[in-house]
Amino acid sequence: MAETLLEVNNLAVSYGVIRALKGISFHVDKGEIVSLIGANGAGKTTTLQTITGLLRPVSGNVIFKGNDLTHVPAHKIVSMGLGHVPEGRKIFQGLSVYDNLLLGAYTRKSKAEIEENMELVFRLFPRLLERKKQLAGTLSGGEQQMLAIGRALLSNPEMIVLDEPSMGLSPLLVTEVFEIIKTLQNEGKTVLLVEQNAKKAMSIADRVYVLETGMITMEGPASELINNENIKKAYLGE
Amino acid sequence: MDFLETLLNGLSLGGTYAIIALGYTMVYGIAKMLNFAHGDIIMVGSYIIWFTFLRLDCHPSISIALAIICCVILGIVIERLAYRPLRGAPSLAVLITAIGVSSLLQGLPAILDTISKSSNNSALKEKLSGILNPLPIQDMVHTNKLVLFGVEFPISISALVTILITVATMIALTVFIKKSKTGKAMVAVSENRDAALLMGIHINKIIVVTFAIGSALAGVAATLMLTKGTPASPSFGALPGIVAFSAAVIGGIGSIPGAALGGFLIGILETFCNANSALSPYRNAIVFSVLIIILLFKPSGILGNPRREKV
Repeated sequence: MAETLLEVNNLAVSYGVIRALKGISFHVDKGEIVSLIGANGAGKTTTLQTITGLLRPVSGNVIFKGNDLTHVPAHKIVSMGLGHVPEGRKIFQGLSVYDNLLLGAYTRKSKAEIEENMELVFRLFPRLLERKKQLAGTLSGGEQQMLAIGRALLSNPEMIVLDEPSMGLSPLLVTEVFEIIKTLQNEGKTVLLVEQNAKKAMSIADRVYVLETGMITMEGPASELINNENIKKAYLGE
Repeated sequence: MDFLETLLNGLSLGGTYAIIALGYTMVYGIAKMLNFAHGDIIMVGSYIIWFTFLRLDCHPSISIALAIICCVILGIVIERLAYRPLRGAPSLAVLITAIGVSSLLQGLPAILDTISKSSNNSALKEKLSGILNPLPIQDMVHTNKLVLFGVEFPISISALVTILITVATMIALTVFIKKSKTGKAMVAVSENRDAALLMGIHINKIIVVTFAIGSALAGVAATLMLTKGTPASPSFGALPGIVAFSAAVIGGIGSIPGAALGGFLIGILETFCNANSALSPYRNAIVFSVLIIILLFKPSGILGNPRREKV
């Protein structure tokens, strides 16, 4: 059995009276790519935001590397080894590309280690090196997505959660971004990926969970679910 | 009056407004709230300088340092007690609280006055009345013109120092925000709090630093205003506060060069109105009309840029 890195137990989250997550459970093992797929409003972003402390659950908990994250303040979670690439990228537009990356390493002290990570990011995304001094707000959508991923990598996370990395990108760029996610796995990162683009998400994932209106309705290895008739109809448009 | 002299005096008055406007703009840009009590922190600073300098015979530099330190502490305490509990509350609630804090501070001298009148302790009475009846600090007013190499320049030493301090402060703040780690974290918090949290930035810490800087600027502003000969009073910071806030809005609130530009603009405008006896009674009306006109054409201020999210 592989080592479990992240465990989500009976997680329930509400926005006022609206229950966004109705008690979901799933886990991510070390070295895996796990995809959470589902339609708009299924609760995917809510799930990720609760994992990294931006939202607090009504009940249930999140265990990362054996630590309960439920009551850890959001700003302390990144230094525990959990990086979050938020929906819509949320890069700092008024800062340079380099400063955005540096902020990714905000909680780290060792200059040498930060420099090492910086090199890794520039190797993965040569475009960011070219535009190092440019204001992040002037980058194209695809470059901004790469910057958002690079920024998360600068915290040297063990696990990285990505929220809709393909949103608003051209098909060519979508393919590029998914190749990069695969590369992250080869670099030893564990990945939790939330996507509306189910086809792409399933193509690189090891396992898949299907989220529907706040509940997990299906789960299994990606290779199995990709041939499931219901999934084909609902998410793959076949 | 000589045009150049009026312009330089305008720059000096504008410098004071700019320093106050910088305080408003820093707090607004990062904490996303209007600290209406900013002008009253200046007032507290002015009392501290007047009392330590004229009553306790402190060296002026000690008085000024004490005032800045007290303003910083006051700013941090206000943030902790009044504003932090309202983080995430509707902005109207925060605004009303800020106005409340402002009134409270303006009421402090009156509270001390009541204590002084009802007290039987004559030593305390004397001390309090020593604080409560401020005199203008003549020793800090240098109306002499600057003379260099035997040439008299059309600017007083106070005015020149004000302009220099304003420019130096603006440069220092810009460098701090652009180059230091804390400064970059401030930009991050100002742009997107959630994303800043994901970087591991402790939002409350950054907001405290912001209030500390803003309040230190209030202490500097108190000093500059006293050098113009105004005595401390409960309403010392109220009108300059409103004018400087308008300056920050004209320049583009949240923008540091904008605050300086707006401050200088209003200062010069006001000084020219004052120099003309026909216009001088209408100077506030003129200043605020210009504010309205600028905002009609550029609602986000001269240097403010309405940011759009790229999707």
